[in-house]
Amino acid sequence: MMLMKRRDFLKAGAAAGAMASLYGCAGGGKASGHVVVVGGGYGGATVAKYLRMWSEGGVQVTLIERNPTFISCPISNLVIGGTKTMEDITVSYDGLKNKWGIRVVQDDVVAVDGVKKTVTLKNGGAMSYDRLVLSPGVDFMWDEIPTLKSAEAQSKILHAWKAGPQTVALRKQLEDMNDGGVYAISIPKAPYRCPPGPYERACLVANYFKQHKPKSKVVILDANEDVQSKKPLFTKAWADLYKGIIEYRNNSEVKDVEVATNTAVLEFDKFKADVLNVVPPHRAGDIAHKSGIKLVNNRWVDINWLSMESTSTPGIHVIGDAIFPAPTMPKSGHMANQHGKLAAAAILNMLSGIEPNPEPVVMNTCYSFVDAKNVIHVASIHQYDAATKVVQPVKGAGGVSAARNELEGKVAIGWAKNIWADMLA
Amino acid sequence: MKLFAPAAALCLLAMVSTSHAADPNLARNLAATCANCHGTNGNAVKGAGLDSLAGVPKDKTLQKLADFKSGDKPASIMHQIAKGYTDAQLDLIATYFAAQK
Repeated sequence: MMLMKRRDFLKAGAAAGAMASLYGCAGGGKASGHVVVVGGGYGGATVAKYLRMWSEGGVQVTLIERNPTFISCPISNLVIGGTKTMEDITVSYDGLKNKWGIRVVQDDVVAVDGVKKTVTLKNGGAMSYDRLVLSPGVDFMWDEIPTLKSAEAQSKILHAWKAGPQTVALRKQLEDMNDGGVYAISIPKAPYRCPPGPYERACLVANYFKQHKPKSKVVILDANEDVQSKKPLFTKAWADLYKGIIEYRNNSEVKDVEVATNTAVLEFDKFKADVLNVVPPHRAGDIAHKSGIKLVNNRWVDINWLSMESTSTPGIHVIGDAIFPAPTMPKSGHMANQHGKLAAAAILNMLSGIEPNPEPVVMNTCYSFVDAKNVIHVASIHQYDAATKVVQPVKGAGGVSAARNELEGKVAIGWAKNIWADMLA
Repeated sequence: MKLFAPAAALCLLAMVSTSHAADPNLARNLAATCANCHGTNGNAVKGAGLDSLAGVPKDKTLQKLADFKSGDKPASIMHQIAKGYTDAQLDLIATYFAAQK
């Protein structure tokens, strides 16, 4: 090489260029391009970081998120129960900006053009992408609980099913409630975000009442026929720890509310509470609906499990709670993080001209607190099945805790610290 | 410009012929499914009580996983998770983490 004449060097360069273009399409090329990620929750933050990390900075990533900081839904029930603070569940986006070189834009996406490959921002301007990832979480179907359509009603009857100001507000309602009062939480029909979450919340509110307002009660109004997750472990906790405090009512779908009296209107009955916490039915976040991609049941996004790409619109990948789930797959933060990694790997392959990994695996772990210290888990592993083209739960794997225990209470906090770092640090 | 047509054809051929081959980053992708609890690339958050896997010799990790699978090593959750992966996948995962710093 040292003796190479300039003319020969140019020839060699041209040959190398031709080789690179061939090699690029065959899979060895370094991925490049611009990926826009909408939503900086468990899914979006993860895909943004992993795209930068795995492409070694080759791919430019813009993350558009409406909130200034990440606030975790997992662990937020402990804030409602009074044993953790908002500070404990809040993480900065500085790691994504400074360590990973991600452009974090605080804004809302109001439109997506899948043909021109652009997104339009609420504060003005548009942005073009080579590939788009939507991680919009869920939005609520207010039409199903008509009175709650008004902002005023929503400020009084809370969902607290997105961590943030509503988490703080629900905690305050519980603190302001007189001893002897009734807290009622309603659960929509499955699928909904975080299947064990409402039962965990009932436990943690009951734990607070037991210590500070012992004459008070917790009523669970479940639209489903039965407890949706960890049933034997939750019902045992209710019997052992909260006998006479927690009452569970199945087939109790909330159809409307009467705001002035904190009353839930059920199909044949009404239930008046002192603090009424209604979790409305939900669907894929609004931007998924506005972007015109294919939905299942007009609610959840239909995706290809090899790439998390929309089945209708090439170039748009959708992850997290917004997707139509695979069999037995929960809508959870842990799972959204796994979707993010699956999508990041597939996008980098596609940007280098090779097929996505033909055998993806995702797994879920979910810890629920039944009091301030004791925890129960559920876990599952889902492997891609070429025959059904879906990730399927592995039979004989996964499962639940043998019994509630304090060791897993420590592990649950360790899980949170590690997954937040895996997404954001 | 003549180069482009055959190049495109080669690309198609390459995509067809590799569609059933293992992904070049399969081990990395599988190991990433562990990172939620064990940290990005196996570097768990210090003091959070969960094991780091980065730099752990492959044989040691594989033995632990085998013991979780068989039930020889008591666990709160890993006995259920280890069973979700094939032995070949666990080998790739253990190899990947052993090579991390």
